[in-house]
Amino acid sequence: MKSLPIKKVGVGIVAGVATLALAACTGNDSDEGADLRGGTSEADDGSNDEAGDTVVIGFSAPAADHGWMGSITESARRIAEQYEDIDLRVADGTNDVNLQISQVETFINEGVDAIVLLPFDGAAMTPVALEAMEAGIPVINVDREFNDPNAARVTILGDNYGMGVSAGQYICSQVGDDPDAVVAEIAGIDSLPLTQDRSEGFKDALSECGQDVDNRVAADFTVEGGEEAASNLLQAAPRIDAVWNHDDDQGVGVLAAIENAGRDEFIMVGGAGSANAMREIQSGDSVLKATVIYPSTQAADGIKIARLLVQGKAMSDLVEVEVPRTIQLYAPVVTEENVDQYLETAFES
Amino acid sequence: MTESPTGLSKSSGGPVVQPESSGPKRRDGNAALAVMRSSVGRNAGLVVALALLCAIGAITAGERFTNVDNAMTILRLAATIGVVSIGMTFVITGGGIDLSVGAILALSSVWCTTLATQQMAQDTHWIAMVGTALAVGAGCGLVNGLLIAYGGVVPFIATLAMLASARGLAEVISNRKTQIVTVEGFEEFFDGKVLGLPMQVWLFVLVAAVGWILLNRTTFGRRTLAVGGNPEAARLAGINVKRHTVMLYVLVGLCCGAAALMLVARTTTGSSTHGQLYELDAIAAVVIGGTLLSGGRGTIVGTVFGVLIFTTLTNVFTLNNRSISEQSLLKGAVIVVAVLLQQRFASRSNTS
Repeated sequence: MKSLPIKKVGVGIVAGVATLALAACTGNDSDEGADLRGGTSEADDGSNDEAGDTVVIGFSAPAADHGWMGSITESARRIAEQYEDIDLRVADGTNDVNLQISQVETFINEGVDAIVLLPFDGAAMTPVALEAMEAGIPVINVDREFNDPNAARVTILGDNYGMGVSAGQYICSQVGDDPDAVVAEIAGIDSLPLTQDRSEGFKDALSECGQDVDNRVAADFTVEGGEEAASNLLQAAPRIDAVWNHDDDQGVGVLAAIENAGRDEFIMVGGAGSANAMREIQSGDSVLKATVIYPSTQAADGIKIARLLVQGKAMSDLVEVEVPRTIQLYAPVVTEENVDQYLETAFES
Repeated sequence: MTESPTGLSKSSGGPVVQPESSGPKRRDGNAALAVMRSSVGRNAGLVVALALLCAIGAITAGERFTNVDNAMTILRLAATIGVVSIGMTFVITGGGIDLSVGAILALSSVWCTTLATQQMAQDTHWIAMVGTALAVGAGCGLVNGLLIAYGGVVPFIATLAMLASARGLAEVISNRKTQIVTVEGFEEFFDGKVLGLPMQVWLFVLVAAVGWILLNRTTFGRRTLAVGGNPEAARLAGINVKRHTVMLYVLVGLCCGAAALMLVARTTTGSSTHGQLYELDAIAAVVIGGTLLSGGRGTIVGTVFGVLIFTTLTNVFTLNNRSISEQSLLKGAVIVVAVLLQQRFASRSNTS
């Protein structure tokens, strides 16, 4: 009986120390993120970057459930910090359209100067975006399009079809001479329009050099899904010459499956352009030889555009005196030669 | 006969230890406890919590929080989840649980916005969409109820199965695409305003009022309490427990159908991704409202407060530029505190 209190104290101390140690382990910030260029600190007089009137921007995006989406919000925050005349209100991270609508309503109530919106579902967010536009607040639509052109002042899009084309052209340049080459494709969520666009572009580009997709599987943008789909694919195809994996987040699982199967007779091309994938490419000893970028900084572009729009500035490299209506981003191929140029703005998956 | 079940519920209420104390002191404590236990006392606690949240909102966000538009934003956000939560209150009061509400909502939203349904609505009246959504919701609830009452499947498992299947069917029907509503009149009705309040808020008020009357002023409500409190005793008292259980799940299904219509009007779309994790939000709102998870006691007013507390919390976080993740952390803590308090009251009430 006498030893009981001491035991309790002992247990208490151990638990306390463990808790403190665990708390210390939650730190997860790596070194300073990439430089996104621009910012008011080094702006030339009279340039677009020169600080102007303060612009209040409301920003809302879906939940950061994979690396690319995480980077969307992260880069939006970072770009806003570089401009002393941007006051960014972030209502981040929800896959519930009901909640995202209420976030935008909050922005309208507050009377922000502009709203940058990456909708969880473009069509579902259209009514509230229209409401904002009617209230005189310009909406910048990022990545997932509204189904009414009047719901946004500017639309910033990636190029899914172009991604497929870029990947297909690169694979053509590598294995196009071999008429018997086996080309495989690991897609993302198959029913999404963006996946269909990517596959369409891939097929079209391959047909230019007389190739086609011999084996095709679909995963779900997650590491587990990528691992599973790739294992099945490797089992099904004893010999592969080239494979395109749509998404670098699921690519982590795909590479694990390739490693487990001990295969290295083919080249692999990634998609989206994560920093991990680029480091693999840089190392040169991985099957991953290239990746196609789907910019994760497009929301940051949206923030910059919103600032220009509200301050009444135009894009300085265009003759046009207004900010354009639609901006579609390019999907370049990253290889060992040019990886240094892109690694800076890549996202960590 | 009646003795043994009561004994059971006593022991499940936690360790029953109450040292003998002097008479008057104990009576004072009991009087205070009695007030806290009474519905007025419990609701007072919720009012205080909500007022506290509003105070925090007003202090941190000032005019941006206190203006009327913001109140409307909170209410519109609360309406959909609120209607689901009212249905959930009945099921939980009746001793069950429904994990499939979000999935049923998604399925109803998809089914009532298919091309076929919209064509039918176009040809006749948009009421056709309303009928479809409610019928699909009630149908899913019926399947849940039959499985649980007559199939002997545990509610947790039966509705877990429905959670997977209903969303799966929604994806099959919609082909995982978002379906846009083009029917005239539908939007105007559900997204319009009556007497300055949005229609959706009126619907929430209506469902809550009907729910309150149903639970507190009808035989159906009394039976729900009896079935949830002690099914065996309820059966011996002549209540058809199985049939009543089925009706409870049909009721929550209907609420999901109604909520689906509200979400369809709010987003102008039906989608298999609607209503994700609504089951957790609804259960959380019901539990912090004061409905016993073990059944036998339910409060509609408490549930309404529970919903308002969570949506106000969300709103205050949005206004202050805080992340959803921090909010989830706090939300979990609120639920735990609410349940701990609830258990304290429950165990005390058993000893008195």
